[in-house]
Amino acid sequence: MEEVLSRAREVAEEAEVFFISAEETQVHFETNRLKHMQSTQQTSLALRLVRDGKIGYAITTAPGNGQALVESALETARFGTVARFQLPAMTSYPSIDVYSADVESVPLEKMIGLGEEMVAAITEHTLGILCAAQVSRGVSSVRLMNSRGGQAQYRKSHFSLAIEGTLINGTDMLFVGDGASSCKPILDSKPVSVNVIQQLELARNQAVIATGAMPVIFTSHGVASALIMPLMAAFNGKTVLEGASPVGRRLGKKVFDSALSLYDDPTLGYRPHSRPCDDEGVPSRRTPLIEAGKVTGFLYDLQTAALAGKQSTGHGGRVQGGLPAPAPSTFVIPPGDAAFEEMVQDMKEGLVVEQLMGAEQGNVLGGDFSGNVLLGYKVENGKIAGRVKNTMVSGNVYQLLKEIAAVGSEARWVGGFLQTPPLYFPRLSVASEGGGA
Amino acid sequence: MQLEELAQELAPAIKKYQVDYLEVRLEQSHTSHITYRGRELESMGRAESVGGNVRALVKGGWGFASFNSLDDVPGRMELAVRQARLVGKEESRLAPVEPAVDTVSSRAGQDPVPIPLAEKKEALDEYNEIIWRTPQIQTSTIGYGDGHRKTIFLSSQGSYIVQERDDVMLRVAAVAARDGDVQQVGISVGSRGDFARMKGLHSEVEHLSRRAVDLLAAPRAKGGEYTAVLDPVLAGVFVHEAFGHLSESDFVYENERLQELMALGKQFGCPELNIVDSAALPDLRGSYKYDDEGVPASKTYLIREGELVGRLHSRETAARMGEAATGNARALSYRHPPIVRMSNTYIEPGSVSFEEMIGDIEEGIYAKNWYGGTTSMEMFTFSAGEAYMIRNGKIAEAVRPVVLTGNVFTTLKNIDAIGDDLEMNEGGGCGKGGQVPLPVSNGSPHIRIQHCLVGGR
Repeated sequence: MEEVLSRAREVAEEAEVFFISAEETQVHFETNRLKHMQSTQQTSLALRLVRDGKIGYAITTAPGNGQALVESALETARFGTVARFQLPAMTSYPSIDVYSADVESVPLEKMIGLGEEMVAAITEHTLGILCAAQVSRGVSSVRLMNSRGGQAQYRKSHFSLAIEGTLINGTDMLFVGDGASSCKPILDSKPVSVNVIQQLELARNQAVIATGAMPVIFTSHGVASALIMPLMAAFNGKTVLEGASPVGRRLGKKVFDSALSLYDDPTLGYRPHSRPCDDEGVPSRRTPLIEAGKVTGFLYDLQTAALAGKQSTGHGGRVQGGLPAPAPSTFVIPPGDAAFEEMVQDMKEGLVVEQLMGAEQGNVLGGDFSGNVLLGYKVENGKIAGRVKNTMVSGNVYQLLKEIAAVGSEARWVGGFLQTPPLYFPRLSVASEGGGA
Repeated sequence: MQLEELAQELAPAIKKYQVDYLEVRLEQSHTSHITYRGRELESMGRAESVGGNVRALVKGGWGFASFNSLDDVPGRMELAVRQARLVGKEESRLAPVEPAVDTVSSRAGQDPVPIPLAEKKEALDEYNEIIWRTPQIQTSTIGYGDGHRKTIFLSSQGSYIVQERDDVMLRVAAVAARDGDVQQVGISVGSRGDFARMKGLHSEVEHLSRRAVDLLAAPRAKGGEYTAVLDPVLAGVFVHEAFGHLSESDFVYENERLQELMALGKQFGCPELNIVDSAALPDLRGSYKYDDEGVPASKTYLIREGELVGRLHSRETAARMGEAATGNARALSYRHPPIVRMSNTYIEPGSVSFEEMIGDIEEGIYAKNWYGGTTSMEMFTFSAGEAYMIRNGKIAEAVRPVVLTGNVFTTLKNIDAIGDDLEMNEGGGCGKGGQVPLPVSNGSPHIRIQHCLVGGR
């Protein structure tokens, strides 16, 4: 690393090297059985430099030929965008717990055991269900250094459990699933299987829902599958800078229901997307995006922040080995005060959306969503009546979040990147096959 | 060390392990990419990658270890074997395949990667200028990528296959905005390495920019059931998403109920319906001579005259289902094990003209172009890039892009007209099991679907 940096400094005004090394092991179960085990070892070295005021970049997975890397970066610098940022000098970082040595010492046999436990719990509850499960553990180490003396180095670990169940009955198929993730070993699989069993209980009966506008609850999973992607795009500083974000010109304005707040928080202990600094060496901190319905901030990396006349919020991420760009870490929607049961009881006829498929295919930037309810329940007179089939919901995230009937009191982690309570909306358009057009 | 030297050194070693089967895949690739966000060049670069993997089979259990440090390949072989031993409890079964020793070069002069970045950038600059000339355009995105990949496949059964392939891909999208309303229209173009295909798209780019602006004024289609006519691009996505994934036998082979549902001989559609997957077609993005298990590519009829007659296999799924291997085990890169994938998937042309197809539709939807698509077994969702109402047998007003959804079994039966105008679309990338985007192509003539559920408000 030092060698590449010093070679780059000879020919460029600024330079930064980013090294990541990762090892991961996964145990896969398919159709209720242990199927295969997989390990990956990966390293890469990326070089970003500034020459004649312009950015050059190159990456390699075969470190060792430093000169070729520098030359490749110089070639792209000829056409590079003008660098507006200054690389961070030496600074101190918050202490955030993202590494547990215990992760590496979890034996393969224990990982197999956790998968077997989850599969056994689900298959004992529902005869004929087919489960796919995954247990993963991994460690990575990141090193970054730049020509202004900035340096960062940290180690991170992660451990995760996931299970999906498919129940087929004739041409009818039911999908259930849940997961958990942490930087520490998760040695108790029960909370995950309990959630899946609850889904199976609620889906036991089928119910036909009418076509039309009606009240809808999105569970934590439902929020993740339907509403979060548009917000992640809209609060990205780059989308804002381009003028393509529907909230971009509304900083400080009330755009959402005052019951809604949203933070991006990379500082939470032992969360898989936490880290002491971003991929440019800017210290991590919590960034409020929505507070009581008001737009309070956007996510920035160094370059985007400089172009927008802002400061980096520490959200420079390198997606698939590319140049840093604004990227969310962990989204958190704080809980409200309504118990899930209270929200259900409040509905005469309505829908609970647990999993939406294809929501992200609509006009994501504009907030339009439209998707098939992969797992959802009909509510009749304040009670869950059963699972709905062949049902679509469609709407607009910004219209929807303007009027929230209630925010759930229990926030859950979904997919490792989002903590959210269920959200209850007074009306949403529902289309159902057999529900009348 | 050169990849070939390493491969030759490993060739005798892989036969020494006490395993049922072992394979090594070594890979070397170089790629270049250029992306624009708005007027600004966002990223441009070249990347080099070297790596490999070992896959071992013991008593039906697989171990897989991937690496990009070539220093200790024997150590990685040991690891994969140890994992396979922990997993394996049954009997290993693989469909027989003749070991092949072969070298498949990419077509001379096709490698798009060495073309100077300046030349690639010039073409993209022209497209971006066209987009930004259009009034009310808010922003644009352009993503260009190309790659040249060489793989060496070695198996304990004696295969030694060197294959090279090239790929080029371009996506262009224009975003129009007015009063907080945002509309996006895009195109995707791909080719098996021919950079010339990325040139000369000026009129297409102009069309999509104007459409993005026009959509700001377009009404939404009312949600509900319609007679829908799909253009070749969208119908190709439909056949890939709704049906193709169900033909991938890794979903089916250990699942008795799904086997019943997908029993060969079942009538799935009208007698005019023929659906094919063929990696053996020349020079499409999904084409290859051998898959990533060293099995030769083949043309597989999935549906013939409306009847389910075949499915896609890896060596393992073929053996377990007592069918022949089809050469459909593919891996995105050395970081992934091969899994059952489609290659070039299409509906064969029928005899109905477009005019005949829409002629007797009183009110319907004409959905064109690809925006996205996904599936969960029986349920599928796919999005059109453009949509129009059909009124009294004629294409009428444009509406906002629609999302079509349904149950594959009923929808296939509801196809009641197949056009005479097959077109292959090479702009897609398929995702499955975290391996995305895998180069594939889809194709179809125009098709008509009765009782199609359309999402809207």
